[in-house]
Amino acid sequence: MEKVKQQGLSILFQVGGLILALLFVTLILVVIDTNPLDVFRLIWEGATGSMTRITNIFVVWAPLVLVTCGLLVTFTAGLWNIGIEGQITLGAIFATGIIRMFLDTSVPPAFVILISIMGGMVGGAIWAALPGILKTYGGVNEIFGGLGLNFIATALNIGLIFGAWSRPGVASMSGTEPFPPAYALPTLPSYNLSWYSIILAVISLVIIFFLLQGTHLGLRLKAIGKRMKSAYRLGIPTRKYMMLSFIICGLFAGLTGALQVVAVYHRLIPSISSGYGYLGLMIAMLINYQAIWIAPIALFFAALNISGIQLPIVLKLDSSLTGVLQGSLVLFILLMQGVKQRVLGKK
Amino acid sequence: MNIGFDQINKHFGDVHANADITLSIRGGMIYGILGENGAGKSTLMKILSGFIQPDSGEIQLDDNPVSIANPADAIKFGIGMLHQDPLDFPPMQVIENFILGQEGGLTLSYKDTLKEFEDLQKQFGFSLDPKAYVDSLTVGERQQLEILRLLWLGARVLILDEPTTGISAQQKAKLFSALKFLAEQGKTIIFVSHKLEDVEDLCHKVAILRKGQLVGEVESPYDTDHLVEMMFGKQIKVGTPETVAKEQINFEIMDLVVEKYPLRIGPVDFQLRKGEVVGLAGMEGSGQDLLLRACVGLLRPVAGCVIVNREDLTNKTYLEFMEKGVSYLPASRLEEGLVPGLTLTEHFTVTTDRKNKLFIDKPHFHKKTKEKIEEYRIIGRPSTPVESLSGGNQQRAALSLLKDSLSVILLEHPTRGLDMESAIYMWNKLKERCKQGASIFFISADLDEILNYSDRILVFFSGKVSSPLEASKTSLEQLGQLIGGKGWDGMESTKVAYGKS
Repeated sequence: MEKVKQQGLSILFQVGGLILALLFVTLILVVIDTNPLDVFRLIWEGATGSMTRITNIFVVWAPLVLVTCGLLVTFTAGLWNIGIEGQITLGAIFATGIIRMFLDTSVPPAFVILISIMGGMVGGAIWAALPGILKTYGGVNEIFGGLGLNFIATALNIGLIFGAWSRPGVASMSGTEPFPPAYALPTLPSYNLSWYSIILAVISLVIIFFLLQGTHLGLRLKAIGKRMKSAYRLGIPTRKYMMLSFIICGLFAGLTGALQVVAVYHRLIPSISSGYGYLGLMIAMLINYQAIWIAPIALFFAALNISGIQLPIVLKLDSSLTGVLQGSLVLFILLMQGVKQRVLGKK
Repeated sequence: MNIGFDQINKHFGDVHANADITLSIRGGMIYGILGENGAGKSTLMKILSGFIQPDSGEIQLDDNPVSIANPADAIKFGIGMLHQDPLDFPPMQVIENFILGQEGGLTLSYKDTLKEFEDLQKQFGFSLDPKAYVDSLTVGERQQLEILRLLWLGARVLILDEPTTGISAQQKAKLFSALKFLAEQGKTIIFVSHKLEDVEDLCHKVAILRKGQLVGEVESPYDTDHLVEMMFGKQIKVGTPETVAKEQINFEIMDLVVEKYPLRIGPVDFQLRKGEVVGLAGMEGSGQDLLLRACVGLLRPVAGCVIVNREDLTNKTYLEFMEKGVSYLPASRLEEGLVPGLTLTEHFTVTTDRKNKLFIDKPHFHKKTKEKIEEYRIIGRPSTPVESLSGGNQQRAALSLLKDSLSVILLEHPTRGLDMESAIYMWNKLKERCKQGASIFFISADLDEILNYSDRILVFFSGKVSSPLEASKTSLEQLGQLIGGKGWDGMESTKVAYGKS
């Protein structure tokens, strides 16, 4: 009985957070003299107005699910892998590099796509291992290490786009020369969505769910995340497992980056990670690190991402308004969790 | 200023840290508070200095009841506390640190303060460089700084919590003369210590606490034996230690030197025989915890070797020690021993030997946990998170997690915070392990426990280690004096070839 009551209270506070976030955004809209109802209607239409928009939501959903899956592994071990953005970028760079190597060869394109995806995963894992090494052997907080490496990854990416891999003729912010269609994952006819991305995202969800719920590895990572000293004292090689969690997260991030290349953009672009790493961090915090909630919350965030596109056209508002909504949602829900703990703690 | 404690009570969970303490301390006096660890000294002082609030009872300053809500309040009333670990801000200069507590004013009157600082420290014969950085000071110098700061803030009562730990003899002399000078000026000094010698040298009067109770007050001059008896109580023997075959050597340390600022211990030579229980006695922070940690790879020794079953494991990691059959149960159960947030079943799963399986065989571990819960009489279910177990049950759980075949078990305060029944149960289980061939090295602040369960005893005092004492030939008084730093002539062991076969 007590447990049911607790859960009910929990949901009440979550919903409270949602309402506060909406009120906050409404307040901003009122201040800038825009009708909030118009905005919310447009957001809804922007997300569900057409089949193209709905499929576009899933184009965003797949990478969000993938990065969040990876982040749950590091979060479980008590690590803040803020370097996830750089890991996505490196995944994209590795994937692009591999496709470029095979462009003028007779190797079947399907095979090239496969190894470019695997290469992207390796790239992400290498970039994730770096903050891992800095953390476990150098004592550098993974947040600082990751942040630094994000900047390096961005610089590397831009450097390649404008330098070694620049378009023949003129280098451009629009990215490298697009690959021939044969080197892209097939999409639904007349839409941007590739089934392969969706399938990989679903497989990842299943893997992560079982990894965290039912394996020795998942439980050991959880023990490390809850109390590292005790975990070590109970005989868990904490450094090894922390490194492992970084590498697993990097594999997912690299996969995300590779898919951005082979399934979405078909080339390397400057903002190839699209901020999905940071969004994934927000989703992971919002769902309180429970794998079961990744799919619905990522869908909600993806819908918000897509729906913002209508705003500038109709209301002359910047599309980043939906980003404000996403951010305030996380803040208010976390705030309500704090409030809940205070209320319960006082009893 | 006169201070009165009137029926002060304070509970921490099940522990009655202060039970109806009533004391009155006159101004101009150096007043000692003596007691072993956990006697309630620090609790009482924290209540006086506003860090914690009593559950009931009253503090009176010059016969007026006051309520001291926080440390800032305390300093307003003129009460300043010098903590065991000086609470300063190391990356700052001495003078900046000094100015920090200053009241009011947006701008700092740097020049005036500097002059006041110099005048003040001249009175005491301190010679601190105001421009030096605090992290370059020794513990003794930091203390001097803190005393000056508190006086400058207007303290009329100074509380010193174990101030002589980690400072040199010279600094101690300086400190004592400063304290005597302050008392002559009419300030009240409260001196909290477990060191008999210091208390005897310095204090006009001393109150002895034991297990939260006020045992009594004694005026100078003191009878050491009487003080020891008041501190530790009368000795009660519970059975006689069993003797198990103890020829084979399980564990050996050779010329081991361990260091952690400000303590340095060793070189220590010692051999632990199969089935033997050795108690490490001494006040907390005398170095026994460092030695224990060095014996299990959690602290890297400066010199010397650690040998387990004839294999040299010096500088190996804790995990390697574990593989060779050495296990360690720390005192802070939820900090280092168990993982809060994980259930009992999850603990048994994490510590399993089946390392290379991918999936968890949940029914297997559920069954195993049930068996262990029954065997160790843990009050809890397999799905109970460890943090919601009581202290005694947490300790049982920690014990039940130890592997079956161990050659050395190291324990820190194995029965601290446990009730009588749990404590006796713990030791029965440990003695069973000894019969199976394990040796035990344990730290305890409870002298009865040390005397009752050990075969031999090592005493620690400020980093010094005694030669091994046969527990059956050692009296409580003798042990109490050694712990308090008395009777060490000829006791210090650097190289004791004891029981070498």
